[in-house]
Amino acid sequence: MAVSVRIPTILRTYTGGESEVSAEGDTLAAVLDDLDAHYAGIKGRILDEAGALRRFVNVYVGNDDVRFLEDLQTPTPDGVQVSVIPAVAGG
Amino acid sequence: MSTVLHETTTAAASTGSTRKGLREGAFGHARALACRECGHEVELGPSYACPECFGPLEVAYDFPNVTREEIAAGPANIWRYKALLPVPSDIEQSPNTEPGFTRLLQAHNLGRELGIDTLWVKDDSTNPTNSFKDRVVACALSAARELDAKVFACPSTGNLANAVAAAGARAGMKTVVFIPSNLEKPKQVNSAVYTDHLVAVDGNYDDVNKLASEIAGEEEGWAFVNVNVRPFYAEGSKTLGYEIAEQLGWRLPDQVVIPVASGSQLTKVDKAFRELVALGLVEDKPYKVFGAQATGCSPVSVAYKAGTDAIRPVKPDTIAKSLAIGNPADGIYVLDICRRSGGAVEDITDDEVRDGILLLARTEGIFTETAGGTTVGVLKKLVETGQLDPTLETVVINTGMGLKTLDAVADRVGPAATIAPSYDAFVASGVL
Ligand SMILES: Cc1ncc(COP(=O)(O)O)c(C=O)c1O
Ligand SMILES: [Zn+2]
Repeated sequence: MAVSVRIPTILRTYTGGESEVSAEGDTLAAVLDDLDAHYAGIKGRILDEAGALRRFVNVYVGNDDVRFLEDLQTPTPDGVQVSVIPAVAGG
Repeated sequence: MSTVLHETTTAAASTGSTRKGLREGAFGHARALACRECGHEVELGPSYACPECFGPLEVAYDFPNVTREEIAAGPANIWRYKALLPVPSDIEQSPNTEPGFTRLLQAHNLGRELGIDTLWVKDDSTNPTNSFKDRVVACALSAARELDAKVFACPSTGNLANAVAAAGARAGMKTVVFIPSNLEKPKQVNSAVYTDHLVAVDGNYDDVNKLASEIAGEEEGWAFVNVNVRPFYAEGSKTLGYEIAEQLGWRLPDQVVIPVASGSQLTKVDKAFRELVALGLVEDKPYKVFGAQATGCSPVSVAYKAGTDAIRPVKPDTIAKSLAIGNPADGIYVLDICRRSGGAVEDITDDEVRDGILLLARTEGIFTETAGGTTVGVLKKLVETGQLDPTLETVVINTGMGLKTLDAVADRVGPAATIAPSYDAFVASGVL
């Protein structure tokens, strides 16, 4: 399944400045693995040492925060947009 | 400079470094932006997320020596604390809304009603656009100006949008403010009078926030007050803490009760108290910090009660729309501060929020919005449940104005009678 992944500014050093890249995988975990295969090290920025999503990063599949879905096991259907966005406070 | 107002991708590990093109002292005595999680430092600029761990960047300073007298000699607004804020020393010369130094009222009646010996209300509803957000926006505006931003913007639960639109108008900057489309009508009008660019988004605040973060990553020249210039913005909330201490005669209260949406304000009041101690401006003493949420959006309170550090985001459903942030980025710090200080985080139902609004209005003559109703209602619950010690001096912060959320109580109050214009009719009405 090919999906497009939006890359936040602080991770664009990994993608050669690209703000949007494509990746393969049926789940978010698989997509992150595939991303890391092409942009070595990027997964370690999004996940902590224990392999969980870092506390201050929000990942969306479509419009939904994956913490409302199945976290890293969230399915990523063909063509869906995955967004990686730093958390911000103050509203 | 094509990357103006984009997050800096190269971290300047050295201290004291500032982006090129900035004037000397653009951010006052600020030294760098430091990650609250891992301590990693980046140069002062429009960065907000740590390139190492995504943690929030905060302003770090080399503070000068400041005396109480110097502060007291300053203007009756937040710029009296300018030496402790990331703003230039000539900040008063650039047009801004001059918020702050709001009244600290001793709440004898409310204290008696709740059984609290010494109670104060820090009333921030009298700021220029009637919420504490004018404080943070004034600091963000300074940063935006120093960074040469072209557009001043925010995602907002309402009050921030009001403050950004007004401050931008006064500063002659283009503003674009984003709100959830179901926001209270008065808050929409209170933004739209100042700007042609009020954008209502079909979704909740967390959706609006996501959109703003995406725009901030793509559009050049935009200063999103609570996204890419957030470290500077958030410092504005410290002035609430400074003022409380100064107005108490340069000492810290024993307990303070603060509403929590993203949690930014609460963490900054705590930061302010600790800075005052570190600077020798107040004596060190223990103080307890309490957080207030509405049950319909209480992810921090839920985590507090469950004894966990992990905050599960929620889809908000409460009349306290200004507090309706389901995914509070600073929530874990609120938990930490409230637990470490011996405080608590508590939540109340929408009916109790309404009760809180009426209680404050009828005891102290202060008409607060739903956020304040939440805070006062939580204060009451904290006393009733024995979580707050009523013999300790307590400050409750009223962050916003009731005229913006009239609907919340409109059904609960009204004429006691409708009568003919005659003395007899009045007597017959039984009103007295
Ligand atoms: C009136 C009012 N009080 C409190 C808050 C909560 O602030 P914070 O997001 O810093 O927790 C907000 C807005 O978010 C607000 O508008
Ligand atoms: Zn960090």
